[in-house]
Amino acid sequence: MNRIRASISTIWAVSGIVIKELYRRKDFYVLFVVTAVITLMMASVNFFHEGKIVRYLKDICLLLIWISALVIAIATTARQLPAERESRTIFPLLAKPVTRGQVVVGKFLGCWLACGIALVVFYVFFGVICLAKQDHIGFWQYFQAIWLQWGMLAIVIGMVLLGSVVFSAPSANATICFVAVVSILILGSHLHKIAITEPEPLSVLLSSLYFLIPHLEWFYAVRDRLVFDQNLIPWVDCLLATLYAAAYVAIFLCGTWMLFRRRVLTT
Amino acid sequence: MSVEAPSILSTQSPARPSSNAAVIRIENLVVEYPGRGIGQRATTAVKDLNLEVYQGEVFGFLGPNGAGKTSTMQVLLGFQPPTRGAASIFGVDVRQPIARQRIGYLPEMTYYYKFLTSEELLRFYGRIFRIPRPELEVRIDSALKLVELEEARKRLIRTYSKGMQQRIGLAQALINNPDLLILDEPTSGLDPLGRMKVREIIQRLRSEGKTVLFSSHELGEVETVCDRIAIIHRGELQVLGRVADLVEEHQMDLERIFLKIIGYGMNHQREQRA
Repeated sequence: MNRIRASISTIWAVSGIVIKELYRRKDFYVLFVVTAVITLMMASVNFFHEGKIVRYLKDICLLLIWISALVIAIATTARQLPAERESRTIFPLLAKPVTRGQVVVGKFLGCWLACGIALVVFYVFFGVICLAKQDHIGFWQYFQAIWLQWGMLAIVIGMVLLGSVVFSAPSANATICFVAVVSILILGSHLHKIAITEPEPLSVLLSSLYFLIPHLEWFYAVRDRLVFDQNLIPWVDCLLATLYAAAYVAIFLCGTWMLFRRRVLTT
Repeated sequence: MSVEAPSILSTQSPARPSSNAAVIRIENLVVEYPGRGIGQRATTAVKDLNLEVYQGEVFGFLGPNGAGKTSTMQVLLGFQPPTRGAASIFGVDVRQPIARQRIGYLPEMTYYYKFLTSEELLRFYGRIFRIPRPELEVRIDSALKLVELEEARKRLIRTYSKGMQQRIGLAQALINNPDLLILDEPTSGLDPLGRMKVREIIQRLRSEGKTVLFSSHELGEVETVCDRIAIIHRGELQVLGRVADLVEEHQMDLERIFLKIIGYGMNHQREQRA
């Protein structure tokens, strides 16, 4: 019990450093200001007294939030482990009673919580904009949107963390992961349809890929619910999506830990 | 041209302090690095090293660059597993994270989280050791006072000079009030005043009964502060003993003993003859 408590305390301490790093760097503020400026500019324009303009505004603002959150998640995570090695901060850290597994979990948790904080800030802004343009906002719809987007970001963060022990340069890792995430979001749901039309062995390859990749586009669908003021997603579906994200996170973290624990760190 | 270094492993049994508990025990340690390319042989960094460091002593771990000091320290700190042999700290296998609970480590030329202030950094490391909050605050105050960084405690580390970074490194190594301090080139990059300060801290720790293992190329400094030394060359232990005994035995200062062991004199003479 004591060991578990010590382990949790260490993981929290490591994650706290990641959160501090996020709010002391400029990335988050720049992305927030860009999102706010673009949204406010769009909000100030009135096209032909079009009543449905609020939908387009919400659509654009949410798109910017999704892009900003992805950029924050990928950029923050990609540099964590390489920066520890490059700046040699990993040595005083591992010279303490800290395991490499705790470092990996702490980094993941820190990045995920930092992204969660960023998401809340973005969605508060989004809510204010929506309230200015319409008379109500659905609290539970917003909760589901934030929760599922945060779940999707957990998968992305896990993937990028794994990439950071595979690829040597953080920039290469960030670029590859960003391309992979965008590809999944755009093509993920179509892979099995394409597979049917293709000859063997490409068909098998695409089908396998379809079942292997994390389907981030399923989480993206929640965005439309907010834009079109649709009904809530059934809570069971939300739970299943959460478990789906947790499973992928576990796989990515195990992979990261297995590679990182074998890595020889030379001072 | 390979030159056989004269093995002058101290003939006397190495004197040890009265308190004879071995804090560090290294037995038949072998560290090998696999060859990077296909068909490339593994490099042996440490060959069958046997060493014991006792409680309350300041132990100098010396050797030229590439001698195997860092590899040995990496094994002690759990950064890499030994290829063969064993190492333990306070009787605990170094592969167990708990072995590092009572250690303070100052790496050579390390940069700390630049976006933190020095007190935030110490608080972070203190949390890892699970030091209770009120006690941690007291320790942070005394550590910062010791390394004379009290006035800069709220400044981000990115604004620190090299000497200040080395000093905050020393403070983080002391935050858990360690019983064993491992210092890798602690005075590297420090001005004479900074060096003197580090020497004072080492001597103070010795007076408190702490054990200090430190590697350095500053042999004058080693002679001043160390009780015993080990000189390692090409992965093999060449000398182990009390500084005073070695100086008396070889009738020369530590720097000359060191140069003799690493074969510098022979090399130099051969070069002159050639």
